[in-house]
Amino acid sequence: MAATAAPAPPVGRGPGVVRAWRALTVVCVLAIAGVMLLPLVWMVATSFKPEADIVKFPPSLLPERLTFEHYLDVWDRIPFARLYLNTIVFAGGVTLISLLLDSMTAYALARLEFPGRNLVFVAILVMLMLPFQVTLIPLYDLLVSLGWTNTMQGLIVPRATNAFGIFFLRQFLLSLPRDLEEAARIDGASEFRIYRRIIMPLAAPALLTLGLFHFMYNWNDLLWPLIINQDQARQTLPAGLALFMGQHVVEFGILMAASVLALIPVVLFFLVIQRRFVEGIATTGIRG
Amino acid sequence: MSTATQVPAPPTAPPPPRRPVRGRGRLARRQALAAWGFMLPSLVILAVFVVYPMTQALYLSFTEYNVLQPARWIGLDNYQRLVSDPAFHNALVNTFYYAAVTTPLSVGLALGLAVLLNRRLPLRGFLRTSVFLPVVLSLAIVAIAWNFLLDPNIGLLSYWLSKVGIVSEQGWLRDPSLAMPAVILVGIWKNVGFYMVMYLAGLQSIPRELHEAASIDGAGPWRRFRRITWPLLANQTMLITILAAIATLQAFDHIYVMTRGGPFFRTETVVMMIYRVGFTEFGFGYASAMSWVLVLLIFGLSMAQVGYFRKRTVTY
Repeated sequence: MAATAAPAPPVGRGPGVVRAWRALTVVCVLAIAGVMLLPLVWMVATSFKPEADIVKFPPSLLPERLTFEHYLDVWDRIPFARLYLNTIVFAGGVTLISLLLDSMTAYALARLEFPGRNLVFVAILVMLMLPFQVTLIPLYDLLVSLGWTNTMQGLIVPRATNAFGIFFLRQFLLSLPRDLEEAARIDGASEFRIYRRIIMPLAAPALLTLGLFHFMYNWNDLLWPLIINQDQARQTLPAGLALFMGQHVVEFGILMAASVLALIPVVLFFLVIQRRFVEGIATTGIRG
Repeated sequence: MSTATQVPAPPTAPPPPRRPVRGRGRLARRQALAAWGFMLPSLVILAVFVVYPMTQALYLSFTEYNVLQPARWIGLDNYQRLVSDPAFHNALVNTFYYAAVTTPLSVGLALGLAVLLNRRLPLRGFLRTSVFLPVVLSLAIVAIAWNFLLDPNIGLLSYWLSKVGIVSEQGWLRDPSLAMPAVILVGIWKNVGFYMVMYLAGLQSIPRELHEAASIDGAGPWRRFRRITWPLLANQTMLITILAAIATLQAFDHIYVMTRGGPFFRTETVVMMIYRVGFTEFGFGYASAMSWVLVLLIFGLSMAQVGYFRKRTVTY
């Protein structure tokens, strides 16, 4: 991102003023970053403190003694490995299936001519505007009658495609030049072959961005797994840890170690592909 | 991204002259068939897991239903009950309180941070990442940390605040007048980076020459912001405000983790109340009626958003 505004220090002053101004900006920047990072720093620091130091008064931010016991204990105390696996299967499964189904529908809407196309698109737009909370009760009711509560397919299948994903990919596919597939089509290539061999490779950047959105959204989601699963061993991490906090108020160290481990995959993804992530948001204005 | 005005792309090339007309009809039919084939899995899932539940929610809102017995039609009773239910009034007031404080503060802070980050600045990348990081994290999980930070006994933040004279004996989250400010604080912390990134995109589309010309004419930073940046960001501000308002109306995760709607229902928003009535008291019919009120509120804001896309006026 290029800096556009004028240089920060007031022009035409001595070097002392420039240096003081620079120091002041650094202090401001560190203060803002400190406020934003405080809960995360505290979380990581606390996960390495012995339980006795955590509940000590007055509290301190940084640990005086370090311990790794919480990171070892967490695997037995909460069904943590189970929660972790559930979250990987849920978020990963939804992401992969949804990318496939979203892109197929987006391909039809963006690249094929057929009667009813506008109608389908308008229906997708309407679904995009409706808050998903309104479907929760009937959806729960439906999953109960299918016997799908407390199951992985109950979590994944209702999320296996998504109006936002279809919309996002359609917009991207519209921007590709049209004559790309015309030659292949005249040569008699099937639509599936065009989708698979020509369009999808070109859509890779959009698919990656959308995949990140899907993964992050489902990895982080609380309300949906909370409602569909009553069984704690079948929860995903956010719901499982929220419930654990409600039941065991005292085990701070373990809870913080679990939280740190639960946040790590998304943080890593984000730090590696930060730029694409941020651009995706800036262009669509929609969370995954 | 003017979605509403998208017209079907015109056929690009004239058909090859040798191809007979009958063949084109067959091609068009083949393409239509392929299109529906591509869309079939998505459409089935959307129909079963979105459209059907949506209509079912409307039906259930006219019934009394608690899972054990079949739904019983009671007409408008649920809606009449909403009008006179003090608990629902309380949830509406809390929702608007949360939205009315969180939205302008988030948008204002996001604008300030974006303007700051758009300058040449030491540690700029670090600051941008720090502000944006909460956006990608699970709100339910970071709310656990906030919970402990605000704890009256072991909480670091409540200890620091007590040092500067802000003391809460019961703890922030158990204090009826401080619980809502606490969840608002967390709501802003979580989302401000999201709006900041949108503002940064807007700022970078403002031509640099405008600022340079104004500087040469002697306009100071504040005047340049007032006369150039702010008016040219009007579109972005409008869009961000609507998105932020929609997001605040649906706030749930951190409220669930930090207060469960308490103390004394002081942080129970509409979504929290739907959860409580629907999934802890199994008042499915009544909770469905509430969820349709939420739909109307959010749909109104979404229509405002579409209207905004239709007539975005600032051009430069």
